[in-house]
Formats: sequence, C-alpha cells, structure tokens
Amino acid sequence: MERPLILPSPGRLAFRALVLAAFALMLAPVLTVMVISLFRQEIVSFPPSGLTLAWYVNAWERQEFARGFGTSLQVALLAAAVGVPLGTAAAFALVRGRPRGGSALSTLLLGPLAVPGVVAGTALYMFYLRAEFWLDRDITSTLEGLVAAHVLLTIPWTVRLVTASLQGMDRAAEEAAANLGARPLTVFRRVTLPAMRPGIIAACLFSFIQSFENLELSLLLVGPGRTTLPVAMLNYLEFRVDPTLAAVATVQILLVGVLMLVTDRFVSIARTV
Amino acid sequence: MGELVLDALGKRFGASVAVERVDLEVPQGQMVALLGPSGCGKTTTLRMVAGFVPPSAGRVLIAGKDVTRAPPHARDTGMVFQSYALFPHMSVAENVAFGLEMRRVGRADRDARTREALRLVRLEGLEDRLPRQLSGGQQQRVALARALVVNPAVFLLDEPLSNLDAKLRGEVRMEIRALQQRLGLTTLIVTHDQEEALTMADRLVVMERGRVRQVGTAEDLYERPADPFVAGFVGRCNLLEGALEAPGRFRAAGGEVLPCAAGPAPGGRSVLALRPEHIRIAPSTDGPARLRAATYLGAQTEYHAELGGTPLVVVRPTPGAEDPLRRILPGDAVSLSWDPSAARLLPAAPHDERGA
Repeated sequence: MERPLILPSPGRLAFRALVLAAFALMLAPVLTVMVISLFRQEIVSFPPSGLTLAWYVNAWERQEFARGFGTSLQVALLAAAVGVPLGTAAAFALVRGRPRGGSALSTLLLGPLAVPGVVAGTALYMFYLRAEFWLDRDITSTLEGLVAAHVLLTIPWTVRLVTASLQGMDRAAEEAAANLGARPLTVFRRVTLPAMRPGIIAACLFSFIQSFENLELSLLLVGPGRTTLPVAMLNYLEFRVDPTLAAVATVQILLVGVLMLVTDRFVSIARTV
Repeated sequence: MGELVLDALGKRFGASVAVERVDLEVPQGQMVALLGPSGCGKTTTLRMVAGFVPPSAGRVLIAGKDVTRAPPHARDTGMVFQSYALFPHMSVAENVAFGLEMRRVGRADRDARTREALRLVRLEGLEDRLPRQLSGGQQQRVALARALVVNPAVFLLDEPLSNLDAKLRGEVRMEIRALQQRLGLTTLIVTHDQEEALTMADRLVVMERGRVRQVGTAEDLYERPADPFVAGFVGRCNLLEGALEAPGRFRAAGGEVLPCAAGPAPGGRSVLALRPEHIRIAPSTDGPARLRAATYLGAQTEYHAELGGTPLVVVRPTPGAEDPLRRILPGDAVSLSWDPSAARLLPAAPHDERGA
C-alpha cells in the first residue's frame, strides 16, 4: 500500500510565501544599503568592480558626518530624557485620573505621529520665528529648539507604550501593597513603577530611534555647525552620490540594531510593544 | 465586644445601593463567612473593612478602634485577594517580607518570620522563585503567607479558592481553616460557594441584594432558614408556594394538601420548605404521585416526582439491589411522605419590600 504524500495545503503555502515576501520587502533596502557601502566604484552599478572599506574611511574623515553623528546623539538623548518623563506622566494621568475629555487628549498626544514631518517642521519653524520675536532670543538654530521639536516625536511613543503597560497591570497588587501597610507613594514606587518599567524602557528606545533618525522635522530647525546626521546626509546628497552615504547609513542601522538587541535583554520588545 | 465590628455599615454608589445595612460582630478567633450570589454586596462589605471602599453610612471597628476613616495602610488587616495580587517582579520571599518591611521589622527578624510563614504554608525551598514560576495553588499559598506574616488583627479572604480546580479547592479549604484555628485569626471570608462557607466558617452571613438575610451557624441556616431565599441558597430545597389552610395542613398553589409543621395562624400566602432528603419515596400501585425521572448518583439517587401539579425533588440513599424502589421507572406511580415537622413554613414575601 502506498503511503499518501502529505503536502501542505495550498492555503498554507501561499501564506508562507506571503510572509517570506513581506520579510524580503522589509529587509531588501537595508541589506542593499549595507552591501553597496562596500562597493568600490563611485557610481553604483552591478556587479561591483571590487570591495572596499574606503567609503567608511571617507565618511569618518568628513567632518560633517562625525559632527552630525554627535549632534544627533546629543539631541536624541536629550529629547528622550525630556520626552519620556513627560509622556509617562501624561500616560499615568490619562489611565489613572481618567480626566474628562481624556480620549480627545490622548488623540492629541498621538498627534505628532499623524502630522507629516515636513508640515510639522515648517509649522514649528514659523512658530519659533514668532517666539524669537517675542522673546528676543534665538530659537531656530539652537540646540534647545531642536530638542524641543524632537520631544514632540518622543511623546506619542511614550504615551502609547506606557499606557499599554499600565493597562496591563493588576491593580489588586497596589491594593495588596496598601493592605500590607504601604503608603500611597511607597505603593507607587514599589509596585506601580516596576509594572510600568518595561513600557518606559521601550519608550526610551523608540524615542531615541525616532529622534536619531528624524530628517523632516529637523530640516528647517538645524543651524550652521549644528546639523543632525540625517540632514548632513541629505546635504551631502545634493552634491555627490557615492557609497559614502551607504556607509554612514550602515553605521546608523547597526547602532539602532545594537540598541534594540541590548534593550531586548532587559524587556521583551515583542511583548511590550 | 468583637474584634471586628460592623456597625450599620452601608454603601451606595450614586442612586444604587450596594450594601443596605450590615451589622456584624466577629469575636476574636472566629471565622465568619459572607455568603451570597454575585452582586449581593458581600465583596463591597469586605472592601469597606479593608479600607478600599469608603462607606456611605455606619462604622468599622477593628480591635475596638474606629477605623471607618482610616486609609487601608493604617488598618491592621491582612487580605488575600481573589487574583492573589502577588507582586510579579518580586520573589516569593520578597512578596512575603513586604508587609514586615513596611512595618520596619529588622532584617534578621524579617527573614526568620518570612521563613516561618513559608514553612506554615509548605513552600520552603521556593523562596527565590518569581510568582509566574509557580502553580496557581502555590501562588495562592504565597498570598496566604504574605497576609499572615504580619499577624493582622483581622484576616480577610476574598473568594480565595475560586481560581483553583475542584480537587485542590477541597484541600486548601481545610488547610486555611486549620491555619485560622491554629493561629486564632479573626477572619472574614467572602464566598459565593455555600459548601465553602458551610465547611469553613463558624458563622455565616447570608446576603442578598445588599441586605443581610440571616446570620447563624451552618446548622441554623440549613435547619431553620428564615426565608425562602436562605432555604434555597443554603443547600437544596423544595420551595412550594401556597397557603396554610389549617394547622398542619398546607394547600399548595397546585391544589394539593400537604402535611406540614403546625406553623402560625392559618391564612395568608406562605412558602413550604422541604429538603429533598427529608422526603421518603416508595413504589405504589395507585400512589398520588408520579415519577418523572430518576438519576443514579452513586451513593445517592435523585428522584424527580410530581404530586398533582407540584414538582418535588427527592434525594435518597441509593436503594439496595433487592429493594423494589431500585426498579421503578419514569411514569410509575409512587407515594411520597415526610415527617410534618420537616416541612417548614416560611413567609412568602421575604421580610422586605422588594426592589426598594
């Protein structure tokens, strides 16, 4: 007797193909950039005439990239340092205080995600000019102005992630702590805050990435000598197209990748986000 | 005076009344169960004792002190939550030690008492586990140890067994009761499970829709229920509506005349309460009743009979193989009888105005 050959059903096969295609589509640009950064010739063509690390050396030697990297790092860290506490406080107030108009408020806080970056950047630029006039001080090309703008990027992520972790916690644990003699502030510190921790850590990560990679919002707000890395890359692109940019982008991708891996060791990103 | 006293305690949420009025005294070392269907106000009452729900009326006294306005952390209660409410990021030992830490007990003493509490609930060796690494039963015992270790004036249990499977529930029930008696804990337990309440508590408080229906021992409630609700909620009961025609003669709504306890003066609607195990059943050639169904339950057999238009449930020890009762079939005529004193007359309209 012949054993029937068990084949995956056509539906399952199609599903697997779809999953593979989706992954390929997402990863292709990233991998392409990483591969191109190693090509020897200046104008990208296939097959490469050879492989080289020269573009990395070039990127390193060009000051605008090194300085842009430094500025982006600084801005991203500061924006996360300001935005995550603000967003966390907002999330806590929204979940626990349940204020009137809370859902409208949380939609508003998610707003920066919905507005195109260029639009928001232009609006901020005009607002800053006004503010400069009234306050009689520079804002547009200062670090503070840039950080303030990037804080807007960090808040929606923080509010969403921290809200999720707050909603997922068992409030009876807080009651149990109070029952065992903990005062309200102690309950918050010992029970509530630890429950929010995964959300807060993930919020730090995503805030940093959002700010670090942001181009559109920063475009009009950077000043001479204070250019972020994405803006520096765009500037470079106006004059030359060679794999130097691919090299810079590869460094950027690796940095973000490492950050995600490190974060994942503390909180499971897949479970928190 | 009791260790825990509830004095005319009430709670309304807006226009709806969660707890109408509860008066209760729990003496030192006693275990009292608040028993009732969901929504009867038992959990709200417990939460008022713990301080999570501010009462709208009345007082809570613990060890003679009025704590009605005291915040939860200032009341000396130890509570076991239905969900256990363990701190997920703390180890078993840290969970148990939390209350001692809050009471500023020194490290050495704290460690010793934590160990002792874990030994008491038989969890030695699991000190360093996280709650999520434990089974439901183990988590439950951590919750018990955490509440016990602070030696609270009042021990509160909110449906502590509802998340355990049936077999474990029976064991833990006995364990909790033994601990409570050994440590002499003044305890208030909330449950919707009458068996749980009957087996664990010294006294039961049956509640329905925010009101206390009856307070008494398991025996009081079972043998001398105050009204049809208690009779039906504690154990099974045939409840027949009708009226007392003459002393000892009850006319059911279906028209049958049934013997009953002497009862009060005839007249007026009332309810006859008759426990299934108090009815005798026998095969009969022309008996007034008919058998509708018989269900074999091992040690017992349950008979559903109909007397005229009145359905009656009868539970008897399963008859022996030779007993003719063993061979009766649905549709057969049967005779039913009972000791008139076993048929208790209860007031038809429970002593309140419904839906106030």
